[in-house]
Amino acid sequence: MRRVLVANRGEIALRAIRACRDLDLESVAVYSTADQEALHVRRADESVCIGPPHPRNSYLDVDAVIAAARQAGADAVYPGYGFLAENAGFAAACVDAGLVFVGPGAAAIEAMGDKAEARRVAASAEVPTVPGTDGTTTAEEALEIAEAIGYPVMVKAAAGGGGRGIRAAHDPAELVDLIAEAAREAEAAFGDGSLYLEKMLVDARHVEVQVFGDSHGNLVHLYERECSLQRRRQKLLEEAPSPALGDERRSAMAAAAVRLARAAGYENAGTVEFLLDRDGSFYFIEMNTRIQVEHPVTELVTGIDLVVEQLRVAAGEPLSFGQDDVACNGAAVEVRINAEDPERSFLPSPGEITELELPGGPGVRVDTAAYAGYHVPPFYDSLVAKLACWGRDREEALARTKRALGEFHVGGIHTTIPFHLELLADEAVRAGDYHVDFLEQRHARSGRMPA
Amino acid sequence: MDPTLKSPFPGTFYRRPDPNSEPYVTEGDVVRPGDVVGIVEIMKSFHEVVSDVEGRIARFLVENEDLVDVGQDIIAFEPV
Repeated sequence: MRRVLVANRGEIALRAIRACRDLDLESVAVYSTADQEALHVRRADESVCIGPPHPRNSYLDVDAVIAAARQAGADAVYPGYGFLAENAGFAAACVDAGLVFVGPGAAAIEAMGDKAEARRVAASAEVPTVPGTDGTTTAEEALEIAEAIGYPVMVKAAAGGGGRGIRAAHDPAELVDLIAEAAREAEAAFGDGSLYLEKMLVDARHVEVQVFGDSHGNLVHLYERECSLQRRRQKLLEEAPSPALGDERRSAMAAAAVRLARAAGYENAGTVEFLLDRDGSFYFIEMNTRIQVEHPVTELVTGIDLVVEQLRVAAGEPLSFGQDDVACNGAAVEVRINAEDPERSFLPSPGEITELELPGGPGVRVDTAAYAGYHVPPFYDSLVAKLACWGRDREEALARTKRALGEFHVGGIHTTIPFHLELLADEAVRAGDYHVDFLEQRHARSGRMPA
Repeated sequence: MDPTLKSPFPGTFYRRPDPNSEPYVTEGDVVRPGDVVGIVEIMKSFHEVVSDVEGRIARFLVENEDLVDVGQDIIAFEPV
C-alpha cells in the first residue's frame, strides 16, 4: 500500500490526508465541482474531479470514485464517514478493482447494516438487545409481550427508519388503539403495515464503545464515548469517558462490544452503540462500521491515532497495541461547530466564511477544513469544525472547551458556537446528568432550543 | 413587471415532495400566500418554499433539480 485515495471531503478528508503523510503514504483527493477550492484538494498529493455538486453525482458515485482511483494509480481507498463509508457494495467494488478498502469486509458491513441480522449476531454473542418482538407482531402477541417486558413500549413500522413510524403506548388500551392506527399509517406510508414492538427506555443514554480488529485475530476496545446530547438524532456534543459509567459497568459494556465485534468477524475500526437505561442495564442498538465523527475524543484519552491505525491494519499489519496498552487517561469533550443558526431552528447557514479565528492553548484540538474566504457549500453536511478539548479530569476538559469556544470566531455565517456556550453553562450538562431526550425536553421547558 | 417568487434558501430545488409524487404546483395554478410551491435541499435537510404572494403561475424560471441561490427568482406570476 503506497497511494491512498480519500473518498470523502471536508475535515475527515483532511484528517485522512494527514494520517497518510504521517505514514509516508501518498494521498489522492477526490472532489466535486463545488469543492474545487476545498482545502483537502490542495493538501493531497494529487486530486481528481469526480463530478457535479450533488453528492449522488459525485461523492456517492461508486463508478466515478473507482475510476478516479484507477486513474490516479491508487492502491487503497479510505472512505471516512457518511457518503459511501457503510456501503457494502462499494467496499466489494473496491476489492474487485484490486484496491484495499480501509475498513471492515463487505460481509461485516452488510450484516451490521441489517437490523435483524445485527440483532441475531448480538444474541449469538450474548449481548443484550432492547427487549421486544423478534419479528413483526399481531395485536394479541403484542399485548402479551408488552405485559412481559413492561410498559411503556414503542410500536415501530417494520418498513420505517430514521425515527419515522415510531409511537409510544403506556398501557394495554393505548397499545390496542395504537397498533390499529400505526398499521394503517405504515400501510399508507410504506405500503407495508407490519409492526414490531420494543421496550421504551425512558431518559436512557447513548453510550458507544470504540472497537478495533486486525487481520491477525486481535480485537480490542478503546473505551467508550458518551453521545447523549443529540438534536433530532444528530449528536452535538460528545465526551469520553461517559460520566454515567462506573468501572464495573464500563468493563462489562466494553467486553460486550468486543464479543459482538468478534462474532461479526470484524476488522478495522468500528463502534458498537448501546442504550444505557437508568437502572444501569445496557442494550445493543447498532454497530457503525466506519470511523466516527467523534473519534477525536477517544484519541485524546487514549493517545492512539485511530486513522493511522486504520491504514496500518488495512495494509495487513497487526494492531500496534494490545488491550493492556490502552488506558483511558483524563477526559475529553468534543463539540460540533455546524453552519446552522441556533436562533432559527438550526436552519442551515451556508455561504462565505469571511473571517476565521481558531482557538489554541493547552488541551485544544481543532479539526476543520475551513479557512477565511472559504465558501461553505449548500450541498453537503453542515459540519464546519470539530473542537475537541482534553483535561486531566472532566472539569478541566469542560473549562478548556468553554475557553476555546470563547476564542473561536467564524464570520460571515451562523454557527452553533453560541448554542454550545449556552449548553456548557447548563447545570445538568456540567454535572453530566443528561440523556438522549435532554435537549428536546430542555427546549420544551425554555422555548430557547428549537427542536 | 409581474411579481416573482424568490428562493429563501440556496440549494437544490425540487418541484415534488418525492420522486413518485405529483408536483406541488404547476403552470396555470393559482397560489395564495402560505401555499407550498417546492422544496429546497440544503445541507442534507429539506425546506419548503412557501409563496408570499397571490397569483397565477405564468412559468417556472428554474427546472426541477436546478441549483438555486438565495434570492433567485424561481416562479413568475401573472395577475389572477
